[in-house]
Amino acid sequence: MASRTFYNEILTDHNLHPSHKEKLPDANLILEGVNPSCGDDIILQLKVENNEIVDGAFEGSGCAISQASADIMLDMIIGRTKEDALRLADMFLRMIKGDVTDEELEELEEAAALHDIRHMPSRVKCAVLGWHTMEEIFGKKTEE
Amino acid sequence: MWGWPLKTNDRKGLSALENFKKDFPLLVDSDIAYLDNAATEQRPRQVLEAEREFYNKYNANPLRGLYALAMEATERYEAARVRVQRFVNAAKPEEIIFTRNTTESINLVAYSYALSTLKPGDEILISIAEHHSNMLPWQMAARQTGATLKYLECGPDGSFPEAEVVAAVTTNTKIAAVGHISNVLGKVMPVEALIQAVHAVGGVVLLDAAQSAPHVPIDVQKLDVDFLAFSGHKLMAPMGIGVLYGKKALLEAMPPFLTGGEMIESVTREGATYAPLPHKFEAGTVNGGGAVALAAAIDYLESVGMETIHERELQLTRYTLDGMKNMPCIHVQGSGRAEDHCGIISFTIDGVHPHDIATILDADGIAIRAGHHCAQPLLKHLGVMSTARVSLAFYNTEEDVDRFLKAVCRVRREMGYGE
Repeated sequence: MASRTFYNEILTDHNLHPSHKEKLPDANLILEGVNPSCGDDIILQLKVENNEIVDGAFEGSGCAISQASADIMLDMIIGRTKEDALRLADMFLRMIKGDVTDEELEELEEAAALHDIRHMPSRVKCAVLGWHTMEEIFGKKTEE
Repeated sequence: MWGWPLKTNDRKGLSALENFKKDFPLLVDSDIAYLDNAATEQRPRQVLEAEREFYNKYNANPLRGLYALAMEATERYEAARVRVQRFVNAAKPEEIIFTRNTTESINLVAYSYALSTLKPGDEILISIAEHHSNMLPWQMAARQTGATLKYLECGPDGSFPEAEVVAAVTTNTKIAAVGHISNVLGKVMPVEALIQAVHAVGGVVLLDAAQSAPHVPIDVQKLDVDFLAFSGHKLMAPMGIGVLYGKKALLEAMPPFLTGGEMIESVTREGATYAPLPHKFEAGTVNGGGAVALAAAIDYLESVGMETIHERELQLTRYTLDGMKNMPCIHVQGSGRAEDHCGIISFTIDGVHPHDIATILDADGIAIRAGHHCAQPLLKHLGVMSTARVSLAFYNTEEDVDRFLKAVCRVRREMGYGE
């Protein structure tokens, strides 16, 4: 059945055994992202040096989709430049809207596990919470 | 490995009641196990036909036109009011005000009655278990008038001991507004004692009957309640029609809530005189089709019979609770007794967010609610972030419950827990 495969191993594994769910004491960019309607809550913490995300972590609580998506995102963006991370975010958000090429899907690696979330509109906001929070962290910085 | 059914003879002892599902087109045409009845019930054919008939045969703007068709529309609209009057046993038809829903009914009382009568030092008494729609209007009224908003607290099982309810009433209590049945726990509030106590100090009581009107008989005269609010859609009527009952003397003294067409006697450049009850509170074109369909829903509900509904829902609740009782990692909120739930069972599963529970069940065509149920202060009081909620109606079947039980014991496995 449809979502029998939706909670695939990639998602359940990142939810139950996240690699980045911890406090990052030397983070220099911190922002809380919240979905008020469902209570998903993540505190994204990034350590950025010379435009490169050298480390990252998140704390918080919420559904498996929000937590796994944030963990997968951190896997992908650590070690990348801010611009590259934002490029991935754009790609991820387009994937949710169904506007993504096969090559891009491949580049999204494990985040592509959330591809089918677009068939569950009520859960989309859970999947994008981490990515939107990351965009906001950088958006705010460039505005200043 | 455990699973559902645990035994094959669990259904013994349930009387073979009529299958009501056949009256509900949506339930006939789909294989959904619809277990979100506290959010909104399904509509039977009879209700849908009544609304359709109104628009097919009697469509004109009620209470306005001077031609035969408009008068027929008016007649049907007013007949619906009398049907509602009989349903809650109000003394007079003009004590029934049609609104959009419970929320609008409560806001009407808060804006009209509360704002025009409360003074600093007065107290509004509500409970921690209120739906946001019976909380925010009173927070507003308290803010605007300088009155104090006080909360009745419930025990961990959601119960409000009668003595504590009565003790919370003071000589300053001007309004008490409480939910008759909690939409999270299904627990019944001891309203009779509260009404007596509030009347003894000269206050008034509003009963939020959104969750009770579809499930228990209501007699406003016997209760001696001052205001009562409920929604049509929770008792099988269309969305967008609701009811406010108010004692005539109170409603007459209250200023209008919304102003505009239909609620006036005459209008000049400077002002207006308002129409008598009930139309003073029904500004603008009314929901004629909705009112007529609500009357049909009440007809349907009473043809099934409140006793049958109550008995059937109690059976289904017991069957569901029995099934969940021995499931590891599943925790039912509130009491373990079916009698304390009125068909509403909120639960959590260790390590799984309620939204994920709902999504997993949805894949099997099982509809349940998950989240804070518009009762965030109650969930905080109970110490949970959010819950999943099953809510039953008499037209549900043991098969619906079996599907739920079977799916719910697979949830942790689906989420990667190795059991």
